[in-house]
Amino acid sequence: MRQDHLVAAGQLSRADVERVLDRAAEFDAALESGESLPARYPETVLALCFYEPSTRTKMSFETAMKRLGGDVVDMGSVDASSVKKGESLADTVRVIEGYGDGIVLRHPREGAARMASEFVDVPVVNAGDGAGQHPSQTLLDLYTIREAAGLDDLTIGIVGDLKYGRTVHSLATALTEFDAHMHFVSPDSLRLPRSVRFDLHEAGAQVREHTELDDVLPELDVLYVTRIQRERFPDEDEYQKVAGEFQIDADTLDAASDDLTVMHPLPRVDEIAPEIDDTDYANYFEQAHNGVPVRMALLDLLLSNHE
Amino acid sequence: MSDHELRVSKIRDGTVLDHLPGGSALHVLALLGIDGSEGTGVSVAMNVPSDRMGTKDVVKVEERELSQAEVDVLSLIAPRATVNIVQEYAVIEKKRVERPESVAGVLACPNSSCITNADEPVTTRFDVLDDGLRCSYCEEIIREGIADHLDVG
Repeated sequence: MRQDHLVAAGQLSRADVERVLDRAAEFDAALESGESLPARYPETVLALCFYEPSTRTKMSFETAMKRLGGDVVDMGSVDASSVKKGESLADTVRVIEGYGDGIVLRHPREGAARMASEFVDVPVVNAGDGAGQHPSQTLLDLYTIREAAGLDDLTIGIVGDLKYGRTVHSLATALTEFDAHMHFVSPDSLRLPRSVRFDLHEAGAQVREHTELDDVLPELDVLYVTRIQRERFPDEDEYQKVAGEFQIDADTLDAASDDLTVMHPLPRVDEIAPEIDDTDYANYFEQAHNGVPVRMALLDLLLSNHE
Repeated sequence: MSDHELRVSKIRDGTVLDHLPGGSALHVLALLGIDGSEGTGVSVAMNVPSDRMGTKDVVKVEERELSQAEVDVLSLIAPRATVNIVQEYAVIEKKRVERPESVAGVLACPNSSCITNADEPVTTRFDVLDDGLRCSYCEEIIREGIADHLDVG
């Protein structure tokens, strides 16, 4: 990967993705075997700047940096920081650049990470920018798909909040680098935004849109389920119209192939019934665990570029 | 003598912007950052008859020769504009506007959640597509009503 920053999935070529995933597989194997990893970055400090809540992304970046021998500094909650005093993001990242060797940024506004990357010289990773992109999640999603079903000759159904779902936007864009048939299933009001449809069209991707999961479920290798995100809706009424639209339970999956892999970026609310958790379909906890080796690989490549 | 020339006399030195869509002249001036405060002559003819366009606007800016880069931004709202550079009452150069690869600082992003709409020290920037514009930050695409998003002057 030649980039200094990772702000959007569109930056990633197939070769970039494969390099990260191959490196992640090495870390994954080492972590699995319990062998102690050499401290590759003993003097390195990663700055975590999360303007929105996070559990998995933040903790897995923290774990990844520590597993690589480095450490983290955490801006903490927005309420307890200078942001509360009205400091701009541009000023905040320029200050934090002095503390960390890289910045992981989550922010409620689209384009925040790209802007931040223009103000600092250390690598910036977009850990979610509003309803925009979440490219490091995409890398762990791709890793999980590669392990479970392979990334070529793949038929994937992406279900739920396709409009505001940043993991969806990044994943769909990245999959254009592979031989993937993509089916997007959502209510009309939550279909993919124009910018993502534009990218898929420009890339010549094999894409279909649906409003019913039944239309495509039997042919899927992977079912990627997303949460309808209450916090992104301009008003509660609009949210209530579509909340609970897609709920996957054992009955739903009767029509699925036995080899289907069910994924979810988590957190879930009620999109996937707990009864699925113990079936062979469920891969979402494994997916979350993959966050650590994949983010180790990503940090390794970005930090080694920066040395 | 054509209708617009009756209304607006020839200029000695400067730039004549012709074949602007009817009603777009004030947007054109805004895009070029011309508001009259420069103290030089600016003539505007709006909605004059045109064989080719039905109606058109014409803008004459005196004592200023607009560069290709300056006029290319007009392609967003006046893709058929012609640009004549005038010296001593004679046209010494004719240009057409060309679509630039990107435009900075002239449009506001219509996505209210875009970082460029927060109170940040950042200039808007759009990549120019074949049939629209795309915010370089949030990737929002604008296809219709580009003039509605002008943020200049």
